[in-house]
Parts: sequence; structure tokens; C-alpha cells
Amino acid sequence: MSCLLHAEALVAGWQQPATPALDLQVAAGEIVGLAGPNGVGKSTLLAAVAGRAQLFAGRLTVAPGLRLALQTQQVPPVEGLPLSGRDLLALTGASFDGLPPWLAGRLDCRLDQLSGGQRHYLALWAVVAAPADLLLLDEPTNHLDAAGVVHLGQILRQRAAAGAGILIVSHDAEFVAAVCCRTLLLEAPDVV
Amino acid sequence: MWSELFLVPFLTGLALALVLPLLGCYLRLRDEWLAALAYAHVAAGGALAALVAGLPPVAGGLLATALAGAGKRFAAARLSGAASYALLLLGGWSVAVLLAANLPLAERLAHALFDGQLYFADRVLLALAVAGGGLALFVLRRLSGRLLLARLYPDLFALRGLPQWPVQLGFDLLAALLLALATMSLGVMAAFALLFVPPWLAFRRGRQWRHGLCWAAAGGVIAYTAAFALALQFDQPFGPVLALVLVGLGLLIA
Repeated sequence: MSCLLHAEALVAGWQQPATPALDLQVAAGEIVGLAGPNGVGKSTLLAAVAGRAQLFAGRLTVAPGLRLALQTQQVPPVEGLPLSGRDLLALTGASFDGLPPWLAGRLDCRLDQLSGGQRHYLALWAVVAAPADLLLLDEPTNHLDAAGVVHLGQILRQRAAAGAGILIVSHDAEFVAAVCCRTLLLEAPDVV
Repeated sequence: MWSELFLVPFLTGLALALVLPLLGCYLRLRDEWLAALAYAHVAAGGALAALVAGLPPVAGGLLATALAGAGKRFAAARLSGAASYALLLLGGWSVAVLLAANLPLAERLAHALFDGQLYFADRVLLALAVAGGGLALFVLRRLSGRLLLARLYPDLFALRGLPQWPVQLGFDLLAALLLALATMSLGVMAAFALLFVPPWLAFRRGRQWRHGLCWAAAGGVIAYTAAFALALQFDQPFGPVLALVLVGLGLLIA
């Protein structure tokens, strides 16, 4: 399996260092979990890999030409917009294949007329099913019901089987244990 | 109505009535609908300043809004949100009113700009409106997906390495120039009304993005045509009639 992402003693932050040093590798076809207590810097590390946060120490290498997709905890501001689920998926180039049946039939509805859970899953799907070699997911199970969590796990395994690398930050220990090939526990000051 | 005396003004306004609501949809998407009022006032101030300097008012209005549109982006770090538009609005309005208060020639033009001077549109303004409208349609069609992606998934937009300037500086400049043209012909408040009301209805009624754009364009053209006919029939200034028609349409449909 080819290595998509390689981090050595990586320390990231926004204005100042905010994470412990991290050694991390994600290969094609691999799902890696990143766990740890609140405030330890899991989301900041994800943001640093995506080029949003600053690197203060260490080295970060990504495969040349790598296509990244990042899902953050911020919900796209769709309230009041004349946007359907079909519009949203077309926007990111996400595939329609594999959508759960409880969403596939509602693609032409306005997003702000869907339930909160349906809207959240579509917003997540728009990133998860977008063309990308490495998916960076930040708390993807937030706001999902049990069916959504199960379906998300299946889709992530399918994407990994198709060759994508996936890095997941999550508090959902059950989900991480069920989906990830391995999990890194982030603790200040060292990664165990 | 179809004599050239009215046909040229009608077509000038029609080109703008088609494209302003579409531009308004993207401004509303970005929470920048106040831009309409800001650029319209800057255009008025620029036109009056140009008149005083012995230059063509249309050129002054276009130049002032182009500078405002480009300058706003460079000052974005200090003027986030709607602050830049509020300052542009106040600055444009102050310059326009001060010039009008002190110079009789500027006063006449100021009245025309704020009330609308569509009936005085000539072939040059028609050509500018058609060219500007056509350019805006082309650019908005090309930029639509990127404007939506930048608004809804800014991280994905950045990760895909898409250039920022077309959806920032480029869009600001387009909005500024189109608003300047609209202010020179339709007037400050009529331009604002076309940019605000049809998109507002479209956002309430549209089922999908394209459907919403169709709502906005149709609303703008229907309201404009009705207002033009009513203003001519009852010999009233065009700007207030259009604003009233749009208010009525808004209350009826929303």
C-alpha cells in the first residue's frame, strides 16, 4: 500500500503550538482514527494536514498530486438558500451511488426543509463521496442517528477498499473501534 | 411606447432588470446584499465628482465603483462583514449630497441619479448595459459553482487549489461595475430594489438553485416591464414606480 500521508514529530497550532508531537502515517486503503480528550488538538492536527493551521515543528509529507477532502464540524450555511440535496452533491462532485434509501428519495427537497439529521448526513456525504484520495473527517458521527452511523461505517469501508486513505477524529469510541484499522491516542505531551 | 424615444430606455433597463436579480442572488448567498446600496451611492458620488471635474459622469461613476470594489478586497482584513459596505454607503452618500448642496449643476444630476433617469438613456448607455449585462451573465455562469462552493465548503474550495481572486476581487468588481451602470440609468433605489426584492423572493420560493435563479430573473423582468408601462401611462418618475411594484410583488408572493 502506498503512503499518502507521513507526519514526523508534527506540532501544529493556530497562533502558537497547540498539539503534542505526533508521528502518523496513512496509507491508501487504510482508515486511521485519532482519539484523545477535548482540547488536546485533534481537530487542529487535521486542519494542519489540510493546510489550514500552522506547522510549528516536525515534518509533514503528502503524496504528490494527492486530492484531499476535509469535513469539519461546521455545518454548511444552507438555511434560507434555495438549494436541494442534488445541488449540494453536484457542487462537490460527490457520487450519488450508495446514498441511503432514506435520503435518495429526498434529493430534490430544499435542504432547509429536511430534518437536521438528514441535512447533516447530506452535508457529510457531499465530502465523503467527493473525488478525493485522502479523506479527513472531524467528528463525522455528530448529529447522526444509529442508522446513519452504521451506513457511514459501511461507506467508509467501501471507500477504503477502493483505495482511499481516511483519517478520522472522533469521540465515538465504538465507531472508531468498528471502522478504523488502527487508532492513535493523542495525549499531552506524547502520543501513546 | 415603441418609438425609439422610449425603446432605447426600455431596452437599457430591460438588460439590467434581467441581470441585476441574478447578481443579487449571489450577493445574497454571500450575505452581501447591502453591497447594492453601497455601490449605488458610490456610483452617484463618483458621477457627481466627475461632472464637477468636467468629465463624463458615467465614467466617473464606473471608476469610483471599480475603485471601491477593488479597494474593499484589499481592506478586507480590517473591514470584515458588512462594515465595508456601510462605510462605502455613507461615504458615497456624503460626497453626493455635499456636491449637490454646493453646485447647482451637480444638484440637477443628483436628483436624476437618486430618482432615476431611465428616460434619458441614449444608445451609448444601451450599449454599455447590454455589454455589461452580457458580460455579467457569462461571468456568473462560469463562477456559479465556485461561488457556491466557496460559501458552503470553503475548506474544500481551498484544498482543490481553486484560485481565490475570481470569487473575491473578480466578483466584487463585477458587482461594482454593474451597480454603477444601473445607478446611471435606473437610479439608486430602483437598482437596489431590483437587486434585493427578486432574489429575496427567489430564496423563499426556489426549490433548487437554478429554479431560484429563474424566479429572480422572471420577477425582475416582469416587475420592470410593468413599472415602465405604468410610469409612462401615468407620467410618473420611473424609480419610485418600480420600487412600489416590487414591494407589491414581494408582499403578494412572499
